[in-house]
Amino acid sequence: MLPMVELTIFALGILLIDLMVPRSWKWINAAGALVGVLFAGLCVWQIQAMLPPRGLVGFYNSLLVDRFAIYFWYLFLAGTAISILTSVHYLEIEDEHHGEYYALLLLSVVGMMCMAAGIDVVLIFIGLELMAISSYVLVGFLRRDRRSNEAALKYLLLGAFSSGIFAYGLSLFYGISGSTNLGVIGRAVSGQNTHNPVVIIALLTTMVGLLFKIAAIPFHQWAPDAYEGAPTSITGFMSVAVKAAAWAMLLRILLFGLFPLRSVYTPVIVFVSIATMTGANFAALTQSNTKRLLAYSSIAHVGYMLLAFVAMGTSPLGTPGFLDGFKGILIYLMVYTFMNLGAFAVITSLRQRNVIGDELDDMAGLYQRAPVEAVLMLLFLLSLAGIPPAAGFLGKYYIFLSLIESQHYVLAALGVVYSLFGLYYYLKIANSMLMRAPMERERLPVSFGMRCAVGITALATLFIGIYPEPAIRSVNWSLGIRQPAPVAVIRK
Amino acid sequence: MVPITTFHYLVVAAALFVLGVIGVLTRRNVVIMLMSIELILNAVNLNLVAFSRMWGRLEGQVFAIFIVVDAAAEAAVGLGILIAFFRNKETINVDEIDLLKW
Repeated sequence: MLPMVELTIFALGILLIDLMVPRSWKWINAAGALVGVLFAGLCVWQIQAMLPPRGLVGFYNSLLVDRFAIYFWYLFLAGTAISILTSVHYLEIEDEHHGEYYALLLLSVVGMMCMAAGIDVVLIFIGLELMAISSYVLVGFLRRDRRSNEAALKYLLLGAFSSGIFAYGLSLFYGISGSTNLGVIGRAVSGQNTHNPVVIIALLTTMVGLLFKIAAIPFHQWAPDAYEGAPTSITGFMSVAVKAAAWAMLLRILLFGLFPLRSVYTPVIVFVSIATMTGANFAALTQSNTKRLLAYSSIAHVGYMLLAFVAMGTSPLGTPGFLDGFKGILIYLMVYTFMNLGAFAVITSLRQRNVIGDELDDMAGLYQRAPVEAVLMLLFLLSLAGIPPAAGFLGKYYIFLSLIESQHYVLAALGVVYSLFGLYYYLKIANSMLMRAPMERERLPVSFGMRCAVGITALATLFIGIYPEPAIRSVNWSLGIRQPAPVAVIRK
Repeated sequence: MVPITTFHYLVVAAALFVLGVIGVLTRRNVVIMLMSIELILNAVNLNLVAFSRMWGRLEGQVFAIFIVVDAAAEAAVGLGILIAFFRNKETINVDEIDLLKW
């Protein structure tokens, strides 16, 4: 069975069960959602076991379940499971513990899965909207909180606006090719003159939509606001799962569909990636709200991933530069899922009955109040900054490797400089955590689910950083690259 | 009498699209911004239906129906969020939505 069908059934089931459970038993919904994610993982595993190398096509050629899709499906499910673990206690404190939260979470994962596996623009667009509309509601889930309302409203206006522009581009591609299938669109586009204004307009509007969804500068304005105002557990979810889904969609459309146009879109991506790294890193320097700071940091990470995309766009198909760029993006998304969710889990645990906990000052003296969380937060921060042995280094390594292989030395240098820049604002959080005196003396109560979430993400971050081979192998598998020999050969 | 071709439809759709974009960017009332977004989506629909006729294929019309559904869902959620916002703040002017910045 397709995991999407299974998740939809669970989402609807949670909505029904929610009506019957008393207020103090709302954690049952979370347990149900976790079981749903687990079963969806089993479904994916079953599909993976019977998958032919070229993938399975279904639903009138609109759905392609290939290794690429399976990789992203696992990523979405892992991100969702960890987000659910961080949500339970947080929602109780916010006094907004409703089953709809988990149902919407699962439904947005259904949308993401359609985005990663869709090869028909109709399915991709519907998946995108399913994900986006669910997340508008999730961002505004704290109905009584003005910041949450405001974030949801801004996210909705800009999200719907960008979806409209995106759909306009897709409609023009339909006009050019006469089909909504990405493969047919690609073939039709490759026969076109790249100076044809309709092709250019179609490409630009589609790209505006895609860049909006991954929150690249200059289309990033919604991200810091939505991230700051949203419930913290949702901020974590949006910054990893929603972002990974947007990346899956971008790769599907720009690489599987519009590959013949890459000489047109790569220069645009170069500009966008430099703007994204510059703008996000400078904006992050002055932030005093940790959620907003991490929002800008996540925009900066998009900039690094776009660098790898530039390496892919400028090197011929199948060369090391291309493959390492692709690997870089996928590994980065995997590593980013764990380290960023871990950081957001720690921030979520700071929310107490009378403390909102998302200011940098609330971090002060965390080491005295919750030593384990503080040390693990340090690990996540170092990983985000790309310092070995934490996992973030691996992602950055592949991105810069691909840039050097495709001979973009200036871009690689720029990326490294901006990574150093990033170290400043990550260490600002660490400084506040370890060096400053705590405002409150008492120990920070951390719930069991939160402990699990922080533990899992920290383990994954460390494990991938110290022993990266399984991660690299899984990415090689998902791209169909031949696995390297297990023993390194030293050339004399 | 000039026969109406696909090109004419595209021009109308492009005009609607530009009007919608200008509307979102310049109007300060959230309801009017939502209406402008509907305008953009209707431009897309017009495009899709015109192309569908040009190619003699149905996918475009199917896509158009999906977009109508999507526009309805978006408007419903949008107005719902707007009402929740209005309850707390008593305004729908985007210039006064200024709690979150920098």
